[in-house]
Amino acid sequence: MADFVIETSKGKWEVICGLEIHCQIISKSKIYSGASTEFGADPNEHVSFVDAGMPGMLPTLNRECVHQAVKTGIGLKAKINKYSNFARKNYFYADLPQGYQITQYKYPIVGEGEVLIDLPDGSVKSIGIERMHIEQDAGKSIHDIDPKKSFIDLNRAGVGLMEIVTKPDFRAPEEAGAFLKKLRSILRYLGTCDGNMDEGSMRCDVNVSVRPLGTDELRTRCEMKNVNSIKFVMQAIENEARRHVEVYESGGEIVQETRQFDPATGHTKVMRKKEFAHDYRYFPEPDLAPLILTDDYIQKLKDEIPELPDEKKERFVNKLGLTPYDAIVICENKETADFFEKAADGHDAKKVANWLMGDFFAMLNEKKLELKDSPVSAENLGRLVELVSKEVINGKTAKDVFEIMAETGENPEKIVEEKGLRQVTDTSAIEALVDEVLANAADNVAAYKNGKQGLFGWFVGQVMKVSRGKANPVLVNELLKKKLQ
Amino acid sequence: MAIDNETVKRIAFLSRLKIDEDKIDNAKIEFNNILNWIEQLNEVNTDNVEPLEAVNEFNLPLREDNVTAGNQREAVLFNAPDAEYGYFVVPKVVE
Amino acid sequence: MSDLTKLTLAQALSGLKNKKFSATELTQAFLDEMSENRHLNAYVLETPEIALHQAKVSDEKYAQGSPAPLQGIPMGIKDLFCTKGIRTTACSHILDGFIPQYESTVTQKLLDAGVSILGKLNLDEFAMGGSNETSYFGPVVNPWKANNSDANLVAGGSSGGSAAAVAAHMCLAATGTDTGGSIRQPAAFCGVTGIKPTYGRCSRYGIIAFASSLDQAGPIAQDVRDCAILLKTMCGHDEKDSTSAKMEVPDFESFLTGDIRGLKIGIPSEYRPEGLNKETAGCWDKGIEILKTRGAEIVNISLPHTKYALATYYILAPAEASSNLARYDGIRYGLRVGGNHLDELYINTRSEGFGQEVKRRIMIGTYVLSAGYYDAYYLKAQKVRRLIRQDFLDAFEKCDVILTPTSPVDAFPIGDKSMQENPINMWLNDVFTVSISLAGLPAISVPAGLSQRGLPLGLQVIGRAFDEGTVLKTAHVLENDVKFVRK
Repeated sequence: MADFVIETSKGKWEVICGLEIHCQIISKSKIYSGASTEFGADPNEHVSFVDAGMPGMLPTLNRECVHQAVKTGIGLKAKINKYSNFARKNYFYADLPQGYQITQYKYPIVGEGEVLIDLPDGSVKSIGIERMHIEQDAGKSIHDIDPKKSFIDLNRAGVGLMEIVTKPDFRAPEEAGAFLKKLRSILRYLGTCDGNMDEGSMRCDVNVSVRPLGTDELRTRCEMKNVNSIKFVMQAIENEARRHVEVYESGGEIVQETRQFDPATGHTKVMRKKEFAHDYRYFPEPDLAPLILTDDYIQKLKDEIPELPDEKKERFVNKLGLTPYDAIVICENKETADFFEKAADGHDAKKVANWLMGDFFAMLNEKKLELKDSPVSAENLGRLVELVSKEVINGKTAKDVFEIMAETGENPEKIVEEKGLRQVTDTSAIEALVDEVLANAADNVAAYKNGKQGLFGWFVGQVMKVSRGKANPVLVNELLKKKLQ
Repeated sequence: MAIDNETVKRIAFLSRLKIDEDKIDNAKIEFNNILNWIEQLNEVNTDNVEPLEAVNEFNLPLREDNVTAGNQREAVLFNAPDAEYGYFVVPKVVE
Repeated sequence: MSDLTKLTLAQALSGLKNKKFSATELTQAFLDEMSENRHLNAYVLETPEIALHQAKVSDEKYAQGSPAPLQGIPMGIKDLFCTKGIRTTACSHILDGFIPQYESTVTQKLLDAGVSILGKLNLDEFAMGGSNETSYFGPVVNPWKANNSDANLVAGGSSGGSAAAVAAHMCLAATGTDTGGSIRQPAAFCGVTGIKPTYGRCSRYGIIAFASSLDQAGPIAQDVRDCAILLKTMCGHDEKDSTSAKMEVPDFESFLTGDIRGLKIGIPSEYRPEGLNKETAGCWDKGIEILKTRGAEIVNISLPHTKYALATYYILAPAEASSNLARYDGIRYGLRVGGNHLDELYINTRSEGFGQEVKRRIMIGTYVLSAGYYDAYYLKAQKVRRLIRQDFLDAFEKCDVILTPTSPVDAFPIGDKSMQENPINMWLNDVFTVSISLAGLPAISVPAGLSQRGLPLGLQVIGRAFDEGTVLKTAHVLENDVKFVRK
């Protein structure tokens, strides 16, 4: 449990937070029309007559959007509702051509579920999912072309969205951050949403209230719309909670309202008070019959679900011996986990994990490369670890070999052969080197024998040096000990 | 459930319709007449009756995920009262 | 008046096939008739060039010996159907100059079947009305006049233009739409035949929506056979309408056997309230007698929730309409009345663009859906709707079709005061048609006699869901034996 208590001279406060996340569904065509969902087209090019709300046009539901929603529901360990239906949410807005959004209201496709989040202290917390429904995205209004006009582009209007609503289970900004990371990871594993918050394909609304620590009061909450990064979500929760505390402690009351988070200042400002709240007049969408799913259909999709981060993490810890921390980091991203598994195949998984999390990630960082562009392939990383395990090379040489791999992309075995880097394990050869070093350092030998034990490391270093790093350090140690007795 | 002038105004705004001040009273009276007439439904016992949403109880058909529409900007903007640079144009929207 | 315009659709098809006249001659005859009858205000747009071009194509098809099923038939299209490249307005100011870039499925099917489009027909604005008086283009005048009177009478609504155009021989047939009686009631008022098929039979794609759970297209024509022929072309599953039924479309014409022996005809007691107009009751009794004489069995049935159908309808239809009409906002098509900011533009455009009845229904619909009232109105109405449908399901355990009057009254004068003053009085005219719409069932109106004032009265035959065949069969027998003389 991440402790987050706002402590003032007057008392201690706890924050209560829930999230609503809009996730763009990965599909070729829009949820209710056959127009493309592709990003970056010229304005109003990916618009059907349905999306433009032309008279007499009717929605038709995209099968893939239903698939993706059910898969996501399974990934959220949630109840899949065999009966769900669509409803109209009525409001006027320039980028909402029909004057209503087709969404799900009383009967969402996905019911209660949970997401396990990993907290910095190593503990795991369950965040409840209240529901998830599918709906259409709105278009875009562009305000900065002309001082007196707004321009409407409907390319995004009608792209499928999944709206995930959590229970108010967050008690600290870090928990919300961990949740969003985990959710994004699950969605990417499933391939149902790309999870890019900066591109708007995952958008977060944050609900915040506070209460005196130790009470179970429910106080007025405020909603912040469209906070577009994990960092900002955490900031928004913290700053909004502090604002609430200040208001309460100065004798004021919090008004239920919609607020906007300003990334520049980190603070929130009021967008819409409740008295101007919409009256959405939801009612069942008469153009779409209820959606009925069968057990067979749901089971079939369950069978298709890939191993998700939690299960993968468990397996990596239990079967491959990784530390929970390493497993969490490696599993956050499916590509990383896949890369790791490929690299670890047949080799010492723990050592592969160390390499991956250490030199390998550092190399990618330094070169500013994505995993998929890594010059070092998973197989080669595995081979390198194997060379160390089999004592063909020692750890130090391995680092040098890795550097060459990062430059050339070559197979480490080939590098070791070509550069003659095999470690020397021949006792007589090492003995000769040891003798050479001792002969040339009579003073130090004397000093050592007189009790200057600290010099032992110096001798090791000297032997390694004359072997050009190739001597097996264990053998060097053994022989030195024997000779210096 | 008799409704008042304020409600008439609120409903008009929700509908994005204008009612002149001097016509609100009449609108309210007419509104209340209609609602009174409609409320005869209260005589019907609907305990344990499921609301009927669709007369035909077919399953919702699903469309295959193929791109079958779009790339027709001219047709989409053809009837627009105001369009520029490929966009629909409206008076500045202020948040 | 040319003789060609007096033909039924079936006769015209046969004449075209036997080369008694060309499609161009036929179309021209109707175009001439249309210019003769402009005072009826049935058409809001005439499209002679298009019609003649299509007729020319039809003549070529006949010459090649490859005509489509309705090749060369000149039709009028209710201006609620979007027609590609042809102005479509729903007879509302708010759709000023709107030219759809797409074709409704029903009109596309008709075009594919070879019809010529003579023009777009008048209707109540957005199909909201029962007298065609709410049209932005003004009321349609009924071709019929009361005995010894020159007063202009309403054609009924909302498909008033369609019914009047068919009655005045300004088209061979017309498309209509029916939400609460909008095909059947004007057909009855104008002495023509119109059928509303089962909800889901005709695609709603491209038909400007009024109340989506009720709207259904259908033909208005000279007689039952013409309706059967047209229905075959107009019906059918459409992937673009998720509520369209995946049902075989039978050859409806084959049901017109004249044999109704043993058929059970339900007569609902609730449709004969105290105070039912005597001539309406008399016309109904005559219909019952005819069917009995032809060997059908008359069964008394009960539809106990009939009384509540109107109130149910006037919650559900406006609620759906308030949402369906939100898209008319002055941004993407039609009228725009400027404003300094977006809400002002919406309000100015919608206030000027919509007529009074439409605004009334939008407001009612908005209210019954608004927070705190949904359960009391909308949800309640949905529950009563189930009871109303259940009434019919129960009744159809005992009978095969139901016979009722189409309307409690005959055509009334344009501008009737009591109806102008209280909208509920106008709505009450739908009393015999709305429950059928709420239940989603097929029903036809056939002209069955004249009132004392010399105006047409219609009888309605209602069937089980997707059993238009039996409805048409029964109506055909009635039509044959009432010997109604068309205009």
